[in-house]
Amino acid sequence: MIAKLLRNVVDRVKPPFEKDGKLSWLHSTFDAFETFLFTPDSTTRRGAHIRDSIDLKRTMIVVVVALVPALLFGMYNVGLQHFRAVGDPASAAALWPCFWYGFVRVLPLILVSYIVGLGIEFAFAQARGHEVNEGFLVTGMLVPLIMPIDVPLWMVAVAVAFAVIIGKEVFGGTGMNVFNPALLARAFVFFSYTSFISGDRVWIRGAGKGGEYIDGFSGATPLGQIGENAQQALTDAPVWDWIVGTIPGSIGETSLIAILIGAAVLLFTGVASWRVMFSVFAGGLVMGLVFNAIGGSPYMDMPAYYHLLLGGFAFGAVFMATDPVTAAQTNAGKLIVGFLIGLLAVLIRVVNPGYPEGMMLAILFMNAMAPLVDHVVVGANVRRRLKPAKR
Amino acid sequence: MKALNSKNWQYFLGPLSKDNPVVVQILGICSALAVTAQLKPAFVMAASVVVVTGFANLIMSCLRKGVPSRIRIIVQLVVIAFLVILVDQVLKAYVYDVSKQLSVYVGLIITNCILMGRVEAFALGHKPWPSFVDGIANGVGYGIILLMLGFVRELFGSGSLWGFRVVPEAWYIQNGGFYANNGLMMLPPMALILVGLIIWVHRSSNKDLIEK
Repeated sequence: MIAKLLRNVVDRVKPPFEKDGKLSWLHSTFDAFETFLFTPDSTTRRGAHIRDSIDLKRTMIVVVVALVPALLFGMYNVGLQHFRAVGDPASAAALWPCFWYGFVRVLPLILVSYIVGLGIEFAFAQARGHEVNEGFLVTGMLVPLIMPIDVPLWMVAVAVAFAVIIGKEVFGGTGMNVFNPALLARAFVFFSYTSFISGDRVWIRGAGKGGEYIDGFSGATPLGQIGENAQQALTDAPVWDWIVGTIPGSIGETSLIAILIGAAVLLFTGVASWRVMFSVFAGGLVMGLVFNAIGGSPYMDMPAYYHLLLGGFAFGAVFMATDPVTAAQTNAGKLIVGFLIGLLAVLIRVVNPGYPEGMMLAILFMNAMAPLVDHVVVGANVRRRLKPAKR
Repeated sequence: MKALNSKNWQYFLGPLSKDNPVVVQILGICSALAVTAQLKPAFVMAASVVVVTGFANLIMSCLRKGVPSRIRIIVQLVVIAFLVILVDQVLKAYVYDVSKQLSVYVGLIITNCILMGRVEAFALGHKPWPSFVDGIANGVGYGIILLMLGFVRELFGSGSLWGFRVVPEAWYIQNGGFYANNGLMMLPPMALILVGLIIWVHRSSNKDLIEK
């Protein structure tokens, strides 16, 4: 019924956007909205055919759905951390005040991210005469989730513009990018406006601009605290809080449970590769164990699995490293790249005091290395297959 | 001979846009990234390179018939090094603070690819006056890009131009405003991205630069 109504509306406004129509220069934009509402029924005449009913738009939507638990929990946690920081235990104990507080503050970030990013995508598609790609649906949701809540909106706008133009459009748009655009946006903020995305003042709303915490409350992320003074931070480590996610951090990264629900959705629908996810966790764990074996400082002696619970490790492993465009394409390559991401992330965390969180840098670095890994894997396969022939 | 006949005029105009040393020939990128964090050093650097390219071309063009070709590179180096030392001394004498800021990059003009490139490619085969024009023009073409980079990087990176504050203090977040300087602008990688953007714009407005 509603579908029919919608179809009629779409058909009525369609003519001017067709070829030779008055608004044909906006064809890409119209097409984007039409195919967003209805699966296109046109098929290719020659060459490759789509074998699956799931196209790019629907793949992307699955990822957005998988992000919803992390997003909802993130909103709740924003409120929770705020009320804890200003010393309002009554509000912090209740569910809805926390959620509402976070909802009102997270929503602008999401809107800015989508409006700026989609605006640029539409403009580029229109200028090039392409169809509008759906690639930004996921990026636009990922960007707010990996930002601290206190980041100014205009910084998000600038970072998204940078990531979409420099990270994606110059390479040819969705599917051609070398680096994960959402992480590029975060890296841009990280290197441009360092003081707005690191330290102990930015993770809690209402704390940065002169707002004061109650005594004894630290706004630093657990990783930040451990990096600062591992001995002190690791006594009575609140592991359960790390798993549930009631800790300061980027909006979507804190809750392991919410992220694992998303991971289950992604794996069940087959959208993300289990190889990448599994090997990132494996890499992190192995590096943690190596540090345990070396020992020598409280941080190195920290139980290896702590690393998987803290910071953006799980979020990066599930939603960033699995990005099908920037990850390796071969199965063996996926395992290798994933493993190295986990390994590097923990290495950066523990060894480099300048960066308490290493996941972003590790994933971006391995994004750049993924084609090389693929090249080696394919080459090895070719040599293996040639061996009997040579003998 | 007219000082700037149409041919010499072409020699002069080419490097400014269609044959720009930085964004078309991709020469001299290293110093373009290193010294452009602020406008003033960028300008001083550009002026120094204009002087050195111009006179290196002029001198080598005068010497071109007398220098055996198998030792020409070392002769070119001597000439360029001589000019660079001259420029370095002048900078130290008159703009000491900028000279300190530029530090080794003045000395490194010797290794700037534009110099050897123009001497090898142009001065050895042309008469002194056109060579001089070509050298000056390449220096200016390099300088234009440096100034563009310096302008953008200083404006967004430190909120000032030529050392004078452009973005009002009250705009900054620590003073109750909303603005913050872009730290990435002060790092060389952003300069490389900016050069890339200039190349992008330049090529899309000059269709004959686009390869098939």
